[in-house]
Amino acid sequence: MSDLPKPTELISRIDRTTPRTGWMDTPVNIRKGMYCYAANPKSVEYVGLPYPHAWNPIEDDWHLPENWKEIIHEGLKVRLERFRSLKVFMDICVRCGACADKCHFFIGTGDPKNMPVLRAELLRSVYRNDFTTAGKILKRLAGARPMTLDVLKEWWYYFFQCTQCRRCSVFCPYGIDTAEITLLARELLNLLGLNIDWIATPVANCYRTGNHLGIQPHAFKDMLEFFVDDIEEITGVRMEPNFNKKGADILFITPSGDVFADPGTYTCMGYLILFHFLKEKYGLDVTWSTYASEGGNFGNFTSHEMMKRLNAKMYAEAKRLGVKWILGGECGHMWRVINQYMGTMNGPADFLEEPVSPITGTRFENARSTKMVHISEFTADLIKHGKLDLDISRNDNLVVTFHDSCNPSRGMGLLEEPRYVIQNVVRHFHEMPANTIREQTFCCGSGAGLNAGEDMELRLCGGLPRAMAVKHVHQKYGVNMLATICAIDRAALPTLMEYYVPEVRVTGVTEMVANALILPGEGERTTNLRSEPLPGMEEEE
Amino acid sequence: MNVNYMYSLLAVVVLFLVSYLGVKVGLAPVFGIVIPYLAVIIFLVGVVRKVMGWAKSAVPFRIPSTCGQQQSLPWIRPNKIDNPFTPGAVVIRMILEVVCFRSLFRNTRNAIREGKLVQEWEIWLWVFALAFHYAFLTVVVRHMRLFTDPIPACIQMVENLDSFFRFEILTNNFQFGLPAVYISGFVLLAAVTFLFLRRVLSPPVRYISLAADYFPLFLIFGIAFSGILMRYFTKVNIRNVKELTMGLVTFHPTIPEGIGAVFYVHLFFVCILLAYFPFSKLMHMAGVFLSPTRNLPGNSRAVRHVNPWNYPVEVHTYEEYEEEFREKMIEAGLPVEKE
Repeated sequence: MSDLPKPTELISRIDRTTPRTGWMDTPVNIRKGMYCYAANPKSVEYVGLPYPHAWNPIEDDWHLPENWKEIIHEGLKVRLERFRSLKVFMDICVRCGACADKCHFFIGTGDPKNMPVLRAELLRSVYRNDFTTAGKILKRLAGARPMTLDVLKEWWYYFFQCTQCRRCSVFCPYGIDTAEITLLARELLNLLGLNIDWIATPVANCYRTGNHLGIQPHAFKDMLEFFVDDIEEITGVRMEPNFNKKGADILFITPSGDVFADPGTYTCMGYLILFHFLKEKYGLDVTWSTYASEGGNFGNFTSHEMMKRLNAKMYAEAKRLGVKWILGGECGHMWRVINQYMGTMNGPADFLEEPVSPITGTRFENARSTKMVHISEFTADLIKHGKLDLDISRNDNLVVTFHDSCNPSRGMGLLEEPRYVIQNVVRHFHEMPANTIREQTFCCGSGAGLNAGEDMELRLCGGLPRAMAVKHVHQKYGVNMLATICAIDRAALPTLMEYYVPEVRVTGVTEMVANALILPGEGERTTNLRSEPLPGMEEEE
Repeated sequence: MNVNYMYSLLAVVVLFLVSYLGVKVGLAPVFGIVIPYLAVIIFLVGVVRKVMGWAKSAVPFRIPSTCGQQQSLPWIRPNKIDNPFTPGAVVIRMILEVVCFRSLFRNTRNAIREGKLVQEWEIWLWVFALAFHYAFLTVVVRHMRLFTDPIPACIQMVENLDSFFRFEILTNNFQFGLPAVYISGFVLLAAVTFLFLRRVLSPPVRYISLAADYFPLFLIFGIAFSGILMRYFTKVNIRNVKELTMGLVTFHPTIPEGIGAVFYVHLFFVCILLAYFPFSKLMHMAGVFLSPTRNLPGNSRAVRHVNPWNYPVEVHTYEEYEEEFREKMIEAGLPVEKE
C-alpha cells in the first residue's frame, strides 16, 4: 500500500462536483488502481466460456471479435426475454436519484458514474437505442445512444466497479436492483471474454478442484490437519475431522478462503472445534468434502449459467455421500446463491431430509426446501437450548462490533442469528450507527470478485463508508474487533482496517464461539486461537 | 445552458402553439374529437402491450431484496412486511410501497464533512412525490364528473373534500374564492415545481436527468396551469365542456360553441401525456407491481421456485474429479469410489 495516499488525503480528494460535460459526452478513463487485470484466457477457456483471448484494459485495442456488437445485441435480447427483472428495470426508472448517494463506490470516489442510477443508465441507454420505439425515433433526447467501443469499455470499467451489494435497491421506490443489472451486464461482457482475472481464474479453479484456490484434495486435507495440530497445541485436544465420509449426518461447506488465509483460518479452526465438541458430546457426525470444497460461488460474478454449474457440486456431493442435510459456513455470496438460486437451479433436493438439529430437535422450517442451514442459525439454536459449554470470559479482551455482510443481510435477512451468537460469546458488543447496519449495511468494498491487489485504491474508496462507521464505534466504545459472517469480508476488511482504523481487527463469528467453547477433556487454555494470551493469562507469557 | 430541459420546454411550448393556433384557425374538431380518441387508443393499447411484454418475460429466480429479519427460528421475531414469507405479506409490502412510497421514505442524504461521513434523513423527495401523486389522483378522480351523468356520489365526495378549504377575496373589481378552490390543483402545481427545481438545482440529479425527465414535468405543469387558468381566470363554460366530454364517452362527439382555446390547449396536453405514457418512464405506475425484488416472498429456502427455462448445464462430476486426483487422494488417505 506504499504508493497509496494517506487516508486523510484519499478522503479530502473525493470530489462530488459533477463534470461540465454530460455523462454521455464524458469518455471513460480507465485508471490504474481502479480496475482488475484482464482474465487469463486459459481460465476462460478451461470452463468453456466464450471468446477466450489475451487483452489489456488500458490498451486501445481489446482484440474483440468482428461481430461483437451483434453478440452484445443478441445477448441482451435473449436476457430481456429470460429475465423480467431486467426488462422492467430497463423501463421504469424515473431517475429520482434516491439511490444516487447510497453506493459505497460513489461515496468513496465521487465518480458520478458510480451512482447506481447512472451505472444502470450505461446499459439502459443502449437498451433504449436497440429495443424501444422512443429510443429509435428520438435517439439522444430519449436517453438512447448507440453501442460503441467506448460504451463497451465504460460498461466493463463500471460494472466491475460494482460489488452487487444491493444497498441501492433498498432505497429504490421500485426495487430496481443494480446487482441484478450488474450481473446481467457482466454476462454480456463474458460473451466477449471480457472478465477480470480475479473472477475467471477462481471460476476455473472451483470447477476443477472444487475451490477457488485450486487446492487439490490431498492438500485440502493437509491444510485442515495443519489446523488440527494448532488446535491441539492450544487446547490439548486432538480432533479428527471427516473428509468425504459417506453416511455422515451432515455435509459442511464453507468458502475455501477460510481454509487458506488469515483471519479466516481462525474461523475455520472454530468450525473444527465446534464440530469436535458436538461429536464428543452429542455424537453428531459432520463431514467436509474435498470435491465440494468451496462455498463462495464465483459464477455469481460471471453468469447465471456459471453460477449453476459451480453450485451443482453441493447437491451432487450431498447425494453421493448420503448425508441428511447440508450445513453452510460463514460466507456472503455463497448464501445469496443458496438462498435465492440453489433450489431453483439444482433442486429439488428430495434426496435429503428436511433439516432437523439432531441435538436440539429444532426443525429448520425456513430451509425445508433447500435443505441447507446457515451455521449462525445452527449455532444460535444450540446456544438457545443451552447445548454449548461456554466460558465467555475468554473473550473479555474483545470489544466487538458486527458487520452485516451485504448478501446475508439484503439477500436473505440473516440479521439476528449472528448477533445472538455474538452476544452469547462475548461480553462487550456495540452496534455501528443505524444507517450503516442491517439492511442498510455498507459493503466491504471488495465483493463480487473485486478483492484483487491491483485495484486497491478502488477497494479503499469503496470500503470507506464501512471503515468510517467502524472508526466511529472504535472511538466511542473502544471497539477493537470487527466480526463478520463472510469470507470475502475476512479477506478484505483487515486491509481496510489497517488503512483507516488500524486498532481494529477482523474475526469470524465462529472463531469467537470456539474461543469460548469448553471442549471435553481440554487442558488449561492460555491462548486464543490466534495464539495470543487469553485475558488474565498475559503474565504467564 | 441545459439542453435537456430546454428541448423539453421547447417541445411543450410548440405543443401549446400547435393547439392554441390550431383551434383559432378552426381545427377544434381535430383537437376536441380526433386527437382525444387517438390518445386514448394509444394509451390503452400501449399500456397493455407494455405490461404484456413484461409479463411475457420469465421470472427465473426469486430475488426479493430483504429489508429486515427473515423468518427463521421460532424465537426470533421476523420482519414480516419487509422480509415477507407468505404471499399475504407480499401483498401488504406492495400496498405499503404503492400507497405510502415506503422505500422512498427511508431516503437518507450523506456527505463527507471534516473527514467524516454524515448521514441525514432526507424526507422532502418523499413528501413532494407523495403530494404530487395524490394531488394528481384527486384531480383525475375529480375530472370524472365530466365523464359521468349522473355524477357518482364518491366523485362528489372527493370533490367536496378537495374544496373544503374555501376562501374568498372580494373587492369591487376582483373576486377570488368563487367557485370553490380545489387544493389538489395547487398542490400539483407546487409539487411539479419542486420536482423540477430539484432536478435543476441539485447537481447530481441534474447530471442524471434526461430530456425525458423534464418533458413530463413541463407537460404536467402546463396541464395544471391551464386548468387553473380556466377555472379561476378565463372562466370556461363548464356546461359546454361537459357536453363535449359526454359526447366523447357516449361516442356521439360534438363540438359545442363557446369553449375558449385554453380548454383545447388543456385537453391537448392531456392527450399528449396519455399518448406519451406507454413509451416513457411514466410506466413505472404499472411496473412497480411487476418488480421481482418487491413482489416475491423471501421464502426460497422453504418453498421451491421454478425457473421455466432451467436447462441442464455441463458440470464437473465427482467421477471426473476422482479420475484426475485418485492417486493423490489414496495417498492422502481420502476415501475413493474406485480403488
